[in-house]
Amino acid sequence: MLGLTKRDAGLLAIVAALCIFAPFILNPFPEGSGMAQFNAGYPDLMQRLVIFGIFAIGFNILFGLTGYLSFGHAAFLGVGSYAAIWMMKLLTMNVIPAIIISVLVAGLFSLLVGYISLRRSGIYFSILTLAFAQMSYALAYSVLTPITGGETGLQPKYTDPRILDGALEGGATPQANLFGLSMKSSTELNIGDWVFTFNAGYYIAAFVMLIAFYLSIRIFRSPFGMMLRAVKSNQQRMNYTGLNSKPYTLAAFVISGMYAGLAGGLLVAMDTQVGAERMFWTASGEVVIMTILGGAGTLIGPVLGAGLIKYMENIVSKINKTVLEQWFAFMPDGIEDLLVTLVYPFVGKGWHLTLGLVFMLVVIFLPGGLVEGGSRVGNMFRRKKTDTDTPAGKTTPAE
Amino acid sequence: MGILEVKNVNKRFGGLQALGNVNLSVAENTVHAIIGPNGAGKSTLLNCLVGKLIPDTGSVMFDGKSVLGRKPFEINQMGISRVFQTPEIFGDLSVMENMLIPCFAKRDGGFSMHAIGSVDTEKDVVEKAKKMLEDMKLYDKRDMHASSMSRGDKRRLEIAMCLSQEPRLLLLDEPTAGMARADTNNTIDLLKQIKEERDITICIIEHDMHVVFSLAERITVLAQGTPLVEDTPDKIKGHPKVKEAYLGETQEV
Repeated sequence: MLGLTKRDAGLLAIVAALCIFAPFILNPFPEGSGMAQFNAGYPDLMQRLVIFGIFAIGFNILFGLTGYLSFGHAAFLGVGSYAAIWMMKLLTMNVIPAIIISVLVAGLFSLLVGYISLRRSGIYFSILTLAFAQMSYALAYSVLTPITGGETGLQPKYTDPRILDGALEGGATPQANLFGLSMKSSTELNIGDWVFTFNAGYYIAAFVMLIAFYLSIRIFRSPFGMMLRAVKSNQQRMNYTGLNSKPYTLAAFVISGMYAGLAGGLLVAMDTQVGAERMFWTASGEVVIMTILGGAGTLIGPVLGAGLIKYMENIVSKINKTVLEQWFAFMPDGIEDLLVTLVYPFVGKGWHLTLGLVFMLVVIFLPGGLVEGGSRVGNMFRRKKTDTDTPAGKTTPAE
Repeated sequence: MGILEVKNVNKRFGGLQALGNVNLSVAENTVHAIIGPNGAGKSTLLNCLVGKLIPDTGSVMFDGKSVLGRKPFEINQMGISRVFQTPEIFGDLSVMENMLIPCFAKRDGGFSMHAIGSVDTEKDVVEKAKKMLEDMKLYDKRDMHASSMSRGDKRRLEIAMCLSQEPRLLLLDEPTAGMARADTNNTIDLLKQIKEERDITICIIEHDMHVVFSLAERITVLAQGTPLVEDTPDKIKGHPKVKEAYLGETQEV
């Protein structure tokens, strides 16, 4: 189906099903219950889950396949965002031109950065990409203020020219749309105490992510993808096999830069604003963590990693002292206070601490990321069922 | 004219003259061995042939074309394949994938952007890789991680990968180093078989005299960066200069 093997088609179908039913899956708790704050099924978060999924899928094509660790991918996301917002200011609030131009501009920018950075490998390559990203951030933050809006960033205003859309009524806020369908338009479905929100922007982003995921499967299974894994495995042998490893790594770099630009463009399409902080180095680090956490070099891993991190960022960070006190209210007073004091540093603003611990545990015990964890659990069940001695636990490189 | 012509090649590393006026001619469709004690410059010479090092002076011609200044992948595409002292294979990839990569390199050249079609749909390349694995008796191991194979099998795979590119000159750098006797003999048999079945020139650098004298038709002895003698194996065996190079000054009694 679609030029995929049965197994890959199955994987794509699972991801598609997860995307379609995400409003249900992420909202398991009834409205108004104590657990309702763990519901992640609201449009803003769901959009971020799939958009950062795209970012991580693209990053994985570079890092997972070739092993080149870029520490500057947020720059491409940022450049894509700026390109998209300018399309919205100058041309139209329709998201299609914005998304296309964000991919193209990020592709060109990554071609430049990649061409220079790929003159080195290993740690030097990482440092070069980091330097480029920080320079881009600094430029966007100060020097290029006329183009980037500097500290305040950019939003579409009703006074912008917008050649294709025609003039807006004074004071109206321009809304990003797809041929008139606003990204913010949602339908709510009430079943008992549960409220499920279906948002147009989310489904458009999810559809784009499915295409991005499908393309990444095709790349993984192609001769080109095999060559990229050869780069990671043994560049010496590659060069002595008549293959020029440089254009391969550069192509992978540009492709992953375009994915980052696509993610940046979608971020603007969903929430029409950009700020330079999007290009800060912590944002580049985040996508590295997403990919490793989920499983670098696996197909589904980066999506899982991106989902987990964005979920934690939005949900764990919402747990504050009052919530903790509610949870532990059934305990005797002294113990309640003790528990609240112990748990408090790990939630709310301290959610990074929890993330750090999870990341450490995964890297130490599951070097293959969440995907390896999943396949280990799978193997455990399979062995119990069939009781044959299949070789233990080593995941295939491209699950 | 040999297929490989090395003329007046000099290479200096700081104060060390690694190669001094090396002249070497390898005739087409022969097995030519280069021997010599440690530090004789064998590996330096080999690196000059494949583009890893550039000689200070002199010329290296392959099939009438200079290889100097070309990158290793370009020299490989000209028809020179190299087998390394420790097998260089794609350890993280399966044996089948290891075999597919050189087959793609042969068909598509140094770089090609086949990013959408699946590997399995490239029938001609897949068939070629399968046949090569069958010929090399590695087909049963096609799904293994290449790094988990035995040393002997890795060597076999590496040679198979080189052969699948249909090179005109195969360079082997101590192909039996660190091998058990049985594996060494297998490798000798394999190389003999390759020589019989194909139009190929083999140039081999070796320490193990057993290997050299079982295979070579011509032998060049290198000492202190300079060729001492070049002759047939029978002549080399009893040559006084060779004994001198290997054992030090012969003592007059």
